[in-house]
Amino acid sequence: MYKPNDLIFRTTTSLIAFILLGFSIYLLLAGHNSPGGGFIGGLMTSSAILLMYMAYGMDIVKKILPINFRLLILIGLLIAVTTGIVSLFIGVPFLSQTFTYVTLPIFGKIELATAMIFDIGVFLTVLGVTITIISTIAEDQ
Amino acid sequence: MTDALAISERILDISILISIVGISLSLILLVYRIIKGPTNPDRAVALDAIGVNLMGVVALVAIVLISSKLNDVVLLIGILSFLGTLAVAKYLEAGVIIDRDRD
Repeated sequence: MYKPNDLIFRTTTSLIAFILLGFSIYLLLAGHNSPGGGFIGGLMTSSAILLMYMAYGMDIVKKILPINFRLLILIGLLIAVTTGIVSLFIGVPFLSQTFTYVTLPIFGKIELATAMIFDIGVFLTVLGVTITIISTIAEDQ
Repeated sequence: MTDALAISERILDISILISIVGISLSLILLVYRIIKGPTNPDRAVALDAIGVNLMGVVALVAIVLISSKLNDVVLLIGILSFLGTLAVAKYLEAGVIIDRDRD
C-alpha cells in the first residue's frame, strides 16, 4: 500500500483557505444590494472548511476548529427569527427592514441595514447545515 | 470620433459572436468526452475544462450586458470548479475524499 504524496496540496491549502474565507466575508457584506448574501457566503465558508478537511483529515481540523456545527444551525435560526419578531414589537409588519447611513473614520460614509443581521443568521444556518451533511456522509467507516 | 466608436462596437459584437460559437463547440466536445471517456481521469479533466469554459461564458455575458456585477460569479465558478477537480483527483488517487487522520 503506497502513500500518496500531496505536499503541494497541503501547502497551498493553507493559503487558498484564507482567500476563500476572505471572499466569503466579502460576499456576506456585499449581500443586500449586489450579488452575494448570507446563503452563498455560508456556502463559500463551508467550501473552505471542506478544503481543509480534504487536505488535513477530519481529526486535525476538528482539533484546530472546535466548533459544534449542529449548535450553529440553532443560533443562526434564532438570529434570523429574532430580527423578524422584533419588528412586530415596534409596530411594523413581520420581517420589515430599515437602513441608515453612518460615517466611520476610515471607510467614510457607509450604509448599515438591518437586513444584514438576518443575512448573518442565514450565513450561520447554511454553514452549520452544509458541514453537518458533509461530515455525516464522510463518516462511513 | 463617432465613426471610430461605431466601428469598434461592431468589432466587439463580431468577436463576442465568434467567442460564443467557439465556446459552444468546445462544450459539445467536452460533453462527448465526459459521456464517452474511456477512463475516469479523462472525465475529471473534461469536467475541469467545462468549469473554465463556464467562466468564459459568464465573462462574455458580462460584456454583452455591460455590467460589472458578474465578476464575483466568475471568481465563484473558478473556486467551485477547483474544489470539484480536487475532490475527484483525490478520490481517483486515494479512494477516499475525507479521511479520518493523516499520519
